[in-house]
Amino acid sequence: MAGTQVTRVYVSRDAAAQALGADETAAAIVELARSKGLDVELVRVGSRGMVWLEPLVEVEVAGKRVGYGPVMASQVNALLDAGMLQGAAHALHLGVVEELPYVARQERLTFSRVGVIDPVDLDQYLAHDGYKGLQRALGMSGAQAVQEVTDSGLRGRGGAAFPTGIKWKTVLDQQVEQKFVVCNADEGDSGTFSDRMLMEGDPFCLIEGMTIAGVAVGATQGYIYLRIEYPHAEIALRAAIATAKTRGYLGRDVLGSGKTFELDVRMGAGAYICGEETSLLESLEGKRAEVRFRPPLPAIKGLFGKPTVINNVISLASLPIILERGATFYKDYGMGRSRGTLPIQLAGNIKRGGLVEKAFGVTLRELLYDFGGGSASGRPIRTVQVGGPLGAYIPESQFDTPLDYEAFTAIGALVGHGGIVAFDDTVDMARMARYAMEFCAVESCGKCTPCRIGSTRGVEVLDRIMAGGPQRAANITLLEDLCDTMQYGSLCGLGGMTPFPVISALKHFPEDFSRDR
Amino acid sequence: MAEIDQPWLPAVDGIVASHAGVPGSLLPILHSVQKKLGYIPAEAVERIADGLNLSRAEVHGVISFYHYFRQHAPGRHVVQVCRAEACQSVQGEATEAHARKCLGTDFHGTSSDGSFTLEAAYCLGNCAAGPSVMIDDRLYGRVTPARFDELMAEWRARK
Repeated sequence: MAGTQVTRVYVSRDAAAQALGADETAAAIVELARSKGLDVELVRVGSRGMVWLEPLVEVEVAGKRVGYGPVMASQVNALLDAGMLQGAAHALHLGVVEELPYVARQERLTFSRVGVIDPVDLDQYLAHDGYKGLQRALGMSGAQAVQEVTDSGLRGRGGAAFPTGIKWKTVLDQQVEQKFVVCNADEGDSGTFSDRMLMEGDPFCLIEGMTIAGVAVGATQGYIYLRIEYPHAEIALRAAIATAKTRGYLGRDVLGSGKTFELDVRMGAGAYICGEETSLLESLEGKRAEVRFRPPLPAIKGLFGKPTVINNVISLASLPIILERGATFYKDYGMGRSRGTLPIQLAGNIKRGGLVEKAFGVTLRELLYDFGGGSASGRPIRTVQVGGPLGAYIPESQFDTPLDYEAFTAIGALVGHGGIVAFDDTVDMARMARYAMEFCAVESCGKCTPCRIGSTRGVEVLDRIMAGGPQRAANITLLEDLCDTMQYGSLCGLGGMTPFPVISALKHFPEDFSRDR
Repeated sequence: MAEIDQPWLPAVDGIVASHAGVPGSLLPILHSVQKKLGYIPAEAVERIADGLNLSRAEVHGVISFYHYFRQHAPGRHVVQVCRAEACQSVQGEATEAHARKCLGTDFHGTSSDGSFTLEAAYCLGNCAAGPSVMIDDRLYGRVTPARFDELMAEWRARK
């Protein structure tokens, strides 16, 4: 039509948005706009992380993106008639998305592009500062790049919080022909989805981060070990890797530097234990994913016995901005020894669940109420579990704890991968403790006895505690003994940390263990 | 016992051959076979073991270690219901119980009409909009028991 302008409309392609109907909404926009003679260019982007507003529709009006949400396919017709393409008022009208408090109050460093660009369009990635970090890294020596990462204060975002630069230095110092970079994308913790959102919403960011790691430590081959539960991420990663290869960002001569970095995606097969780095390496080698004894460290003898950098998705995806803007820029965020930002995931029984990237130091209370808006059910939040199924349950009295690795350790909890699962006051903590043991029993690799047998005994003891009777106090003592054995006698974090949710539930909510049911 | 007249054996051999020289190729091979056949039949195990110079016990050990690999044919669709904490916090257990009842099977079983194999998942990464269910590769959020019924009707009709 003469005189009409193309209006750009953005709808998320993130799995969480699709799970709430984004594909149907996107299809309705295209179809109804066509039938009404409206000229629309639909762009599928990652998710802004405001999951309660998905499917979120953003319309570009005068250079700004105006949001509507949640928009179901059945509402598209009325919205178009109401003037959605002009940013008109409507019950679902949210205003300029970047100005919404949930977005504006974040510090998005790692997630700066997620929800903004078409994830698999390399040109959009480049237009949003993509590959500037790698360019800078290529102009440095390996030792300089490793030093930059060390100076940034970045610690492993997978949960262990080990300084990334120190790990890299060990790999850099190994004088061998073949080294590897492995991305741990086996994001199995309940309540966490930041890896998934990053891989679906900005896969080039992870690819660039891994390439930086490879160039820095002298590794020529990378693997992304991705959990099978993430098919959308697999599609995005494979598409982005193919484009990066074609355009010279991966391969034998990365950006004309003469350096080689190849990258492949390997799929996991539904084993939680593969989030543990040595079992992940066993799995990549094609074996049963049984945990390895340490030493040797993977940095010295890792994949196929070669020195290996193994980092979590978010650690690797934080590298482009660290290398682009410098260590000081990144280090200026955060508190204490927790530097930079953490993509926090608000999950479970929470009104405004989603992804919030903030500098370390934000408190649980701010996250749960200022961002999260309290529970979804409207009942009081009784507890949160932070850091996945191996994380402690934290009572309301400790909600003022700042997100900081050391502050969490001090209260017997862990930050882990930054997943926060909220529970209202209907939760039965003895059942949650039982579930922790049950989960450990299902997912134990079986190599060590405290984990393999202890978890099953733990389920039985908790069943007896819940059944009540005169032996209850003796069984609680037995449970504490068992947790002690698991914590100190297990080979890895699965058996070693399953006691955290159990003991924290027992400590903070003893009434749930002494109640007859 | 190996049955050499299985019509899909050449496909398995082809998959094994196409991974020649790939380091750590057993999982990629198993994924390819399961994608092609829906499961990993016992006869395929022998061919894979031969191709990789492994014992059958080693290959079987890997298959049985991972929850995802199956040794029997599944129903037409695989339904994964999340059992993890975030889904439990929003009544996921009700959806889980309903799914078992509705499909007439426990986890790892198949509904009597062969439509659906029910599996437990321990996190589908959709923790801000639970309870979560995945049917084949399609993820669904806020799946109440009523919504579960709608989805089953929709997927049964798909064939």
